[in-house]
Amino acid sequence: MAIINLKKGEVQAKIVYYGPGRGGKTTNLEYIYRKFHDRIKTEMVTIKTHGDRTLFFDFLPIEIGKIKGFDIRIQLYTVPGQVKYDATRRLVLRGVDGVVFVADSLAVRRKENILSLKNLADNLATYKKSLFDVPMVLQYNKRDLQEEGIPLLSLEALEKDLNTRLKAPSFEASALKGPNVVQTMKRIIVMTIDSLRRDLT
Amino acid sequence: MHYVFDREHLTAIEDILERDLMDLGVHSVFLIDMAGNIVATKETGQGEHDIYSLAALAAGNFGAVSTMAKLIGEEEFSLLFHRGKKESIHFSKVTGDFLLITIFGKELSLGFLRLKVAEATEKMVAILGA
Repeated sequence: MAIINLKKGEVQAKIVYYGPGRGGKTTNLEYIYRKFHDRIKTEMVTIKTHGDRTLFFDFLPIEIGKIKGFDIRIQLYTVPGQVKYDATRRLVLRGVDGVVFVADSLAVRRKENILSLKNLADNLATYKKSLFDVPMVLQYNKRDLQEEGIPLLSLEALEKDLNTRLKAPSFEASALKGPNVVQTMKRIIVMTIDSLRRDLT
Repeated sequence: MHYVFDREHLTAIEDILERDLMDLGVHSVFLIDMAGNIVATKETGQGEHDIYSLAALAAGNFGAVSTMAKLIGEEEFSLLFHRGKKESIHFSKVTGDFLLITIFGKELSLGFLRLKVAEATEKMVAILGA
């Protein structure tokens, strides 16, 4: 549910990073925060457990400049990935305008990715939305671990498991080291703004 | 669903926030949506707040408390309020999609604030639609 403020000439939209626990959602936002520190006037907000896991959400507002005369302000959120926090995940999804699904490339996390995507579909359905009508980008995270000889899911396997029906844009990334983190964000912002424009015309 | 606010509606909302609440002596007031986006703000200018973070946290907090209410069989809790040593914060649902956040000091009683918030809410509902 974006807010379009014609008086200030500002658009606010909400993008949520979703995915299984320990998949790298918070690490994505931390990288963006470091990279664009000059554009982000506030501290990144995190509500985490004593064990440093996301409890409720992380929040990062970012101004991306003007599009068609409007100042675009994007609110980036993560959800807690742990299965038990489903109620808070659902709350964070309220009013979502775009989703980045951060999948874990570790071979042992295959099932968790599939279950998390299904959970996203279920939670979107509570807001009468579906995976197919919310702008979405898939990010296959932790690709850097290949160099360390850790077994990863192949790109083909990830696409088959998660993207066969969705056919969403997807990126191989390393949230820790940076490759394709910014590209993922840029892509979802463009898709979200395009979707808003379509809805409003 | 998206909300488009034109100059006329926003000016009307800001006038309500100014006359009904800021003139009363509250320090800050924000109208936000349940997703955590900001619709309108008024502040005294003393002690700047990080309003975007406040809005995100307020929407999350309100959502969490509403869910807790439902879990114990309540439709909703009628009062959501946090008292601090100097500043306090009051949450009030305006419509199903909007929330009014008021930050105020010790010089204002909670009862009086609630009364004025209820009046302001009624006027804003007429603008925002039920």
